[in-house]
Amino acid sequence: MAASSSGYSRMFCKLRKYVNKSQSLYHTFVIRTIWTSGSKTQLQPKAHTKSLPRMVGVVGLEIHAQIQSTSKLFSGSHVRFLAPPNSLVSHFDASLPGTLPVLNRRCVEAAVLTGLALSCTINRKSLFDRKHYFYADMPAGYQITQQRVPIAVDGILVYSHFEGRRRNQVITRSVRIKQIQLEQDSGKSLHDDERSQTLIDLNRAGVGLMELVMEPEMCCGEEAAAAVRELQLILQALGTCQANMAEGQLRVDANVSVHRPGEPLGVRTEVKNINSVRHLAKAIDYEIQRQMEVLQSGGTVLNETRAFDSKSGNTIPMRDKEGLQDYRFMPEPNLPPLFVYESEASVPAGVDPAQVVVIDRLSAQLPELPSVKRTRLVETHGILQEHSFTLVNEDGLMDYFESVVQMTKIEPRKVIGWVIKELMGNLNSQSLKVSQSPISPCALAELINLVESNHISSSTAKQVFQEMWKAPEKKVGQIVKEQDLWMINDKDELQKICQRVVDSHPEEVQIIRRGNKKVLNKLMGEVQRETKGRTDPVQVRAILEKMVS
Amino acid sequence: ALGSDTGGSTRNPGSLCGVVALKPTYGLLSRHGLIPLVNSMDVPGIMTRSVHDAATVLRIMQGRDERDSTTIQAPSTPPSLPEHFDIRDIRVGIPKEYHALGLSQDTLDQWSRVATMFEQAGAQVQEVSLPHTQHSIVCYHVLCCCEVASNMARFDGLEYGHRSTVDSSTDAMYATTRHEGFNNVVRRRILSGNYFLLKSNYDRYFVKAQQMRRLITEDFTNVFRSGIDVLLTPTTLSDAVRYSDFIQEDNRTRSAQEDIFTQPVNMAGLPAVTIPTALSCRGLPIGLQLIGQTLQDWKLLTVAHWMEQQLSFPVIHFHGDSDERELDRSKVTFAFTAMTRLQTIAAPEVILLHRRMLFNTALALSARSTAMGPITHHSSAPDHSEPCNRTPERTKGK
Repeated sequence: MAASSSGYSRMFCKLRKYVNKSQSLYHTFVIRTIWTSGSKTQLQPKAHTKSLPRMVGVVGLEIHAQIQSTSKLFSGSHVRFLAPPNSLVSHFDASLPGTLPVLNRRCVEAAVLTGLALSCTINRKSLFDRKHYFYADMPAGYQITQQRVPIAVDGILVYSHFEGRRRNQVITRSVRIKQIQLEQDSGKSLHDDERSQTLIDLNRAGVGLMELVMEPEMCCGEEAAAAVRELQLILQALGTCQANMAEGQLRVDANVSVHRPGEPLGVRTEVKNINSVRHLAKAIDYEIQRQMEVLQSGGTVLNETRAFDSKSGNTIPMRDKEGLQDYRFMPEPNLPPLFVYESEASVPAGVDPAQVVVIDRLSAQLPELPSVKRTRLVETHGILQEHSFTLVNEDGLMDYFESVVQMTKIEPRKVIGWVIKELMGNLNSQSLKVSQSPISPCALAELINLVESNHISSSTAKQVFQEMWKAPEKKVGQIVKEQDLWMINDKDELQKICQRVVDSHPEEVQIIRRGNKKVLNKLMGEVQRETKGRTDPVQVRAILEKMVS
Repeated sequence: ALGSDTGGSTRNPGSLCGVVALKPTYGLLSRHGLIPLVNSMDVPGIMTRSVHDAATVLRIMQGRDERDSTTIQAPSTPPSLPEHFDIRDIRVGIPKEYHALGLSQDTLDQWSRVATMFEQAGAQVQEVSLPHTQHSIVCYHVLCCCEVASNMARFDGLEYGHRSTVDSSTDAMYATTRHEGFNNVVRRRILSGNYFLLKSNYDRYFVKAQQMRRLITEDFTNVFRSGIDVLLTPTTLSDAVRYSDFIQEDNRTRSAQEDIFTQPVNMAGLPAVTIPTALSCRGLPIGLQLIGQTLQDWKLLTVAHWMEQQLSFPVIHFHGDSDERELDRSKVTFAFTAMTRLQTIAAPEVILLHRRMLFNTALALSARSTAMGPITHHSSAPDHSEPCNRTPERTKGK
């Protein structure tokens, strides 16, 4: 029951107003209202529905992050994206009998680093298990994972997202990480429906994965998307995973259910096949909506797996997973328990410290995490929080910004405008990365310095910026000179120009004298137009005001 | 020869064929390359003509292999078994629970004879108890089936091996391939194993069996801690059974009987060796097993070596020293017959003890400088005082 009785009548009043405005708007509004408030039974609201709280969505994420390592988790085959099919497959990966798993230390270190960055407790002893199921892309008939005792537990991911009409209010939230476990990736199967066959590529089979399980503490697609974006930044900063969703390095499955707060959790569905953060938000929101409609029309939500269809924006049931699988977990007998040590001192005698994973050693290697970077940017440079997000989100932008700041004397806040609007604007329109920018930090700093020293006006500077973009080999001064864009600072000359404008606009002068100050802007505009923007608006305004009064 | 010993699959044929068969401590020999049956119990087994040869092979093969994460560093091992060894320093334990139903009179007699032999030589021989022995075989079967179900999951015909022609769906292909490729013994074990591993059954079967396994291991630990050096037990219930008799019972029952003395050793990961002791009434070999403490393989072999020397069970010898390695076929008849009988009763998972393989390996190991005389007939075992007829029985077909 989404709407209370009084709310509903309020909605009807609004409806009547809108009818007058436009017919089409009325229709869309009506359709929308009915959609969000449920079925037609809502038309007779009962008095007691006032007390029932709204249904809310509950979202928990299961994330598989492909570990960035040279070789696979249990074998020496290389890990590479886009290699010829079945060219990176060892005997163990193909499950030939007689081969045994040998644990890759780099993968353990990656998991520990990630656990430390997410404030997890690292289990000093963790175990490996076999999870059995039959599928063509899993040659052994089981996956080696960590079901009983994973490598890290009880962490927390702090993320932020923007709210408010201008999306400039930062809301910080956190979600608990239940556990991080090491496991094998499966191969890839490509279905060839034409020839009724499935092609199997085992290059990916056996690659190390970190599975991160989050508690169901998020409420909607936006929160999930923000959490995943933050996680991507963290993993990239650590170097443990490249976290590119489109390339399958980060795979996110969403567990979605709906309920009324205070009541037990509803039946959940699992949504898979999500290829980007944007799709994640869409998929979750669609699924929450769908479940609410099902419940409100008296149906029940099935515990099933659904795939997200990016074209339609819907989730559709997947036919492969039928019923609940019993994975017949069994301890992996070929791998002894995994021990990680607190410090060099806690490594037992007879064990070479260089051969084992030591937590202290890894803690010392932790790089600056995104949240720390952002705080530092805000504190050091006095920029707005929302800008710190943009700087950290874009690869290389923070360094770019800080270089420019170093080379100019102006307030960093002013540099932000250049970096976020002009630079990023151009980069985005051409789908370029910061590293591919034709304008280097030096060049931009030069430009900014010219504006500061009043050699060119700020509006000219923007023009020059675009010229520099097109011709990166030319220096700033060169461009300004070529196009004769130097600022007019000579007072006499300014006076002359202003006088000219004032004289040619007697009507406007009269209007100003009579009290309408706003028309001054028109005169200023004229001055700018005549001088091709090579004047300082502040000075011009002062002169004009004097002349007019 | 190399075999694989999961529940006695090396020691059993070794005993029935009259050769030395050693199962080293779990983790001493790498399992890389060994097709797995039960990963937590499998050990490559060593079959040789003499204890000295087994010791030689062990010394070469033992040690950590980075391709097998369950291997351990081998204890420091001298170049050969000790020349001078005082048996009076040794305490031999006789587990009373191993006096099992079905033990043949011949085997029982040999068991007491050898125990007496140890005692008379000055060693301390005493009865000990391994109280959980009665549960061992069932526990072994549960764990064996669970791991078999898991290890056999890879045989789906996709990457290698037999693939059925049914291709209506991947599931159908898998199901028929596996049904066609596995015989009913394996299928039975897979189904049982999967049943035990179901979430609802896991605690009652798998976990329970592992707990029992721990108790069985502790039985051994306690006995060894009390000062016992080695345990002396039979290896099999009797000499080699005729095929026609063997097939009277199903595989599961037979396995339970055949493995009864050998599988607790695999459960506990201990080293054990079977030594050919004497010939039975029917002229077939009987072996006895010595079980040692974990990682005390060398001590075990030292005692075994002493025992072998006392028993003088006829070892297979060959013509000449170097060039003429011709086998005198007429004199080999007896040995061949014994081995032929063995072939027909081998348990499915045994890496088949082919008679040619045995001879070839025996040739390879003929570094032994002792007399390479013509193959002698086993008639001169000094202590063998059985009055019954020892000519081999003629079987009416197989």
